[in-house]
Amino acid sequence: MKLFAQLIHDISSTTKTNDKLEALVRYFQSAPDDDKLWMLALFTGRRPKRAVNSTRLREWAAEVADIPLWLFEESYHSVGDLAETIALLLPEPAEENEKSLTSWIVFLKKLGKMEEPERKSEILHAWQEFSTRQRFVFNKLITGGFRIGVSKQLVINALAKTYDLEAPVVAHRISGNWTPESTTFKTLIQGEDVDTDASKPYPFYLAYALEDEPQTLGDPADWQAEWKWDGIRGQLIKRQDEIFVWSRGEELMTEKFPEYQILQNHLPNGVALDGEILPWKDGAPLPFNLLQTRIGRKNLTKKILQTAPLVFVAYDLLELDYQDFRQKTMAERREMLAGLISEANHPVLKLSPEVKFIDWEELAAHRERAREVGSEGLMMKKLDSDYKVGRKRGDWWKWKVDPLTLDVVLVAAQKGHGRRANLYTDYTFSVWDGDQLVTLTKAYSGLTDKEFYEVDKIIKANILEKFGPVRTVKPELVFEIAFEGIAESKRHKSGVALRFPRMVRWRRDKKVEEADTLENVQALLLKY
Amino acid sequence: MLLKFTKKGIYCPAGNFYIDPWRPVGRAVITHAHSDHARYGCKHYLAHHDSEAVMRLRLGSDISLQTMAYGETRTINGVKVSLHPAGHIIGSAQVRVEKDGEIWVVSGDYKIQPDGVTVPFDPVKCHTFITESTFGLPVYYWQPQSLVFQDINNWWKQNREAGKVSVLCGYSLGKAQRIVKNVDLSIGPAFSHGAIFNVNETLREAGFDLPHLPKVTSEYSKKDFQGALIIAPPSVGGTTWLKRFGPHSMAICSGWMQVRGNARRRNVDRGFILSDHADWEELLTAVKATEAEKVYVTHGFTSIFSRYLNEIGIPAGEVKTEYGVEEEDAPANEKKTPADSTD
Ligand SMILES: [Zn+2]
Ligand SMILES: [Zn+2]
Repeated sequence: MKLFAQLIHDISSTTKTNDKLEALVRYFQSAPDDDKLWMLALFTGRRPKRAVNSTRLREWAAEVADIPLWLFEESYHSVGDLAETIALLLPEPAEENEKSLTSWIVFLKKLGKMEEPERKSEILHAWQEFSTRQRFVFNKLITGGFRIGVSKQLVINALAKTYDLEAPVVAHRISGNWTPESTTFKTLIQGEDVDTDASKPYPFYLAYALEDEPQTLGDPADWQAEWKWDGIRGQLIKRQDEIFVWSRGEELMTEKFPEYQILQNHLPNGVALDGEILPWKDGAPLPFNLLQTRIGRKNLTKKILQTAPLVFVAYDLLELDYQDFRQKTMAERREMLAGLISEANHPVLKLSPEVKFIDWEELAAHRERAREVGSEGLMMKKLDSDYKVGRKRGDWWKWKVDPLTLDVVLVAAQKGHGRRANLYTDYTFSVWDGDQLVTLTKAYSGLTDKEFYEVDKIIKANILEKFGPVRTVKPELVFEIAFEGIAESKRHKSGVALRFPRMVRWRRDKKVEEADTLENVQALLLKY
Repeated sequence: MLLKFTKKGIYCPAGNFYIDPWRPVGRAVITHAHSDHARYGCKHYLAHHDSEAVMRLRLGSDISLQTMAYGETRTINGVKVSLHPAGHIIGSAQVRVEKDGEIWVVSGDYKIQPDGVTVPFDPVKCHTFITESTFGLPVYYWQPQSLVFQDINNWWKQNREAGKVSVLCGYSLGKAQRIVKNVDLSIGPAFSHGAIFNVNETLREAGFDLPHLPKVTSEYSKKDFQGALIIAPPSVGGTTWLKRFGPHSMAICSGWMQVRGNARRRNVDRGFILSDHADWEELLTAVKATEAEKVYVTHGFTSIFSRYLNEIGIPAGEVKTEYGVEEEDAPANEKKTPADSTD
């Protein structure tokens, strides 16, 4: 695991993409195949289950470090990461362990089945043999929280570079339903029979946000526009008489969407559709939080299925008759898609409607009414574009509506995590209800580090009360927050829930009295 | 109490003087020349001989300043005052005050590990000890500096091989002297940023044995900087000043680099864990060596460190001061945090 720990260290100690790529290539060139397969599994979200309860880990680590538990907790609070805190608090080993990553994963799987005293002694023993770096990685593995700052695309590029393959080929090979137990590194990366896995999705093509005026895109006749829906981007696949649904995070979520099973009888085999998983009722989309609640539930009760019935709004056709369609033009794919959907003829499967326009001004006017139709803006796609892999500039653009904004008062704060663990960066905001401030939302991003530092100082000087980690603060600061949507909510005192709230500006120019009122908020709710 | 904590700073009523006050006062005894400990505007200053050059550079050549040696005693209104090595930066001292057999020591900032530049920390027995706690958490522990400089030398060599300039950041007073004194200057050419050049040349003129590094100016071109080590203050991060070097790798020397989150926040290519403050174990060692009956904890992880001291049987309290806003405690350079994105 030394090599793997080195890789993680190299990746996290640089901000340069190219250095990260080089570190990955070095790893692929030097590590054994088994380890590479596990490394891929970890980097693509196939992590082993958490093997140990984190409360126990904290107690054991405090015991080994010979410090009281409260001091361990304070250290954790400051460092912001449990695996790292433990790694830092324990003494350096006399000799570093040379076992492979795979052997540690095998160890991990056994760990879950052990009785607690045995588990404890095994973990304590392992800790003793690790350098700080290895211990950190080991802790990440046993706590199941393995997430390291490198995109899947970068791993794909590194594999492509090491094995002299095209990146899209690699992307397709490592997507799908494999596990390290079900395949080998050779079959996965260099194997020929990649089609044996019927569920395998295609990598998604993602758009960048349009920053300039649409006029910069050239002739409007070269483009098509659709609404950008606010659901879960997904791929619906039918192969070998089975339906598979993948989310954009390449999670197989078929069971979460029983509504789509009916399409079994309406779609031919060898079909892959790109589209949006969307709650839909009476001809219009429902708010996103309904979908979110539904995804969170373990059991899909009848009631949930009735309150948030789903449709699949198809954007694109990636495969037809088992043929990869991604090299065809958008115009061709769209035409085939329309034909396929009208033939399927089922209300659960919809064609994403085209937004027709003659010139950019007309399109801009459509964008203005995006919220009225329940969408969050427009998608623009070039008619002669192929279906690319990952986030690419040029042929596809998203053109979201401007966010909604409110001026709100900071009333409570909590310390952040990770790099902001010593600063109050997580804020609770209120608006006026008569002469009372009522809590509206939380937000914790959008300020510069310098601003966070400054606000932190003001907060520390104005703390009123402590509730656990939360500090209520004398209401003195006003912030402009932006959000993507607003919906009714019983969970919040204010009766509304905001979607993706974040701070856009610290309104030093505004007094607390000038902040928005609950009436303003309710007016927005009615409007959208 | 021999020393009191007042709005202006740590005050000795019997002697009518302050130690490291943060407001202008009549008489100030100064532990060291960092800007949060040696502030403008006092009528008279008393500090160690070795602090004089930098204090005059920073506070003005015309300040009223008396200096003394380590171990020398001065009596101010019947209170005995002496200075003792703190090992923090050149000239840094612990201040010992004594009256009627009662002894208090103010640590200022300190570290125990010798750094090859300063006179090493010397524990002083006392009844009451006022200590800093900048790194008063057990996650902070320092490797021997020889290992850190091995890493720094290797990093410089690797950058040279890759055709990159090495920009090494550290604070101009303290870290910069430690770097020029300990890095292997035979690896290649080395230059210093103007701010560091000024401090180092001032110290050289005052007789300190530091190597001379030319100042980065527009007289030099990219070619002169090829494979060079540039020593600069952390404030150069993200500025156009760096453009003149072409491809470069940037590293920072700071104790905060121990924690990954802090290192990421600085947005540099490398973080070397090198501090002029005591780590957790050093703080404990220092406190125990004083045999003090009572300890006051100032700037840093004050509440945590004092709570721990109480638990191990050393009565301790926290004190709010205005130290710790300089140097190692300063926030990272400005960087926009990305808003959460839906897709
Ligand atoms: Zn200092
Ligand atoms: Zn200090």
